[in-house]
Amino acid sequence: MGVSGKLGNLGVVTLRLEDAVNWGRTRAMWPMLFGLACCAIEMMSSQAPAYDASRFGMELMRASPRQSDLMIVAGRVTRKMAPVLRQLYDQMPDPKWVIAMGDCASCGGVFNNYAIVQGVDEVVPVDVYVAGCPPRPEQLIHGFLTLHEKVKEMRWNEWAQPQETTVIES
Amino acid sequence: MGIINGLLTTIKYALQSPVTIQYPEEERVVRERYKGKHVLRRYDNGLERCIGCSLCAAACPADAIWVEAAENTDDERYSPGERYAKTYEINMLRCIFCGYCEDACPTEAIVLEHEYQLSFTDRRDAIYTKDMLIVPVPEGGLPTPQKVEPGTFDRAIPDMEDPK
Repeated sequence: MGVSGKLGNLGVVTLRLEDAVNWGRTRAMWPMLFGLACCAIEMMSSQAPAYDASRFGMELMRASPRQSDLMIVAGRVTRKMAPVLRQLYDQMPDPKWVIAMGDCASCGGVFNNYAIVQGVDEVVPVDVYVAGCPPRPEQLIHGFLTLHEKVKEMRWNEWAQPQETTVIES
Repeated sequence: MGIINGLLTTIKYALQSPVTIQYPEEERVVRERYKGKHVLRRYDNGLERCIGCSLCAAACPADAIWVEAAENTDDERYSPGERYAKTYEINMLRCIFCGYCEDACPTEAIVLEHEYQLSFTDRRDAIYTKDMLIVPVPEGGLPTPQKVEPGTFDRAIPDMEDPK
């Protein structure tokens, strides 16, 4: 702000480095192809022309965790799948984010039994929870926008550090 | 010939207008029977429909609803009949929006409306309390608790012209 006042009307935009980097991160957040159950159908639909997630820079669903920034856990995670989920999360490069899509990924949903992980936040740190069973593509896009709001508020000293795991006492 | 057919298809689709719905700015109208976020309704005089019977919580397959009932008195009346819902919480991340609560409710208090934009950064924010679920007091009604004449609202479903 101070510099722009001195520069006057030169057509130069000044902003904080934080804002520039966070803006860049929200505009190209490649999700990982991680559909586990019926939510994956809605996730595919949000990529399809009617909703078109590429409007948010998400047109590429990467099959490899090494090339992705965002993990959309779409569907129920079994106890057998949980170590795989964690391994894939660990293989993703920083910065990385996780969306728990739908009820099953968020808290187990109707599957309150021994086979299903009661919320993926037992395994990986989740940034955004999307309600719905399964959520509409609009709801998933609303989740993306909630995540964008969260990323825009990140400070520079949070960039390099691994994010905190939320542990909820059950 | 095959290549021309393919090219014609390409040209046909290139000339059509795009089908994308620009979601955050433009929303697709949901169907009439779409089940989204719940609301707790009121009668026209402002009294709450919910009588705290917990049938919705019993019907819920995901155990998403928590109801705690308390006694009504004529000095502090929240709903017709004996009891009202003192605590009414729905965990939106547990709810599967099946509408069984709607079917179970004897007073048609809980209804699934068309709001669906529900995403949270914290799991605790997903628990919607009664204040967040209940509709505002309709025009001409009074907010609860109301002070009423004894004997007016003895029945859980009051004698009104049109209780709906």
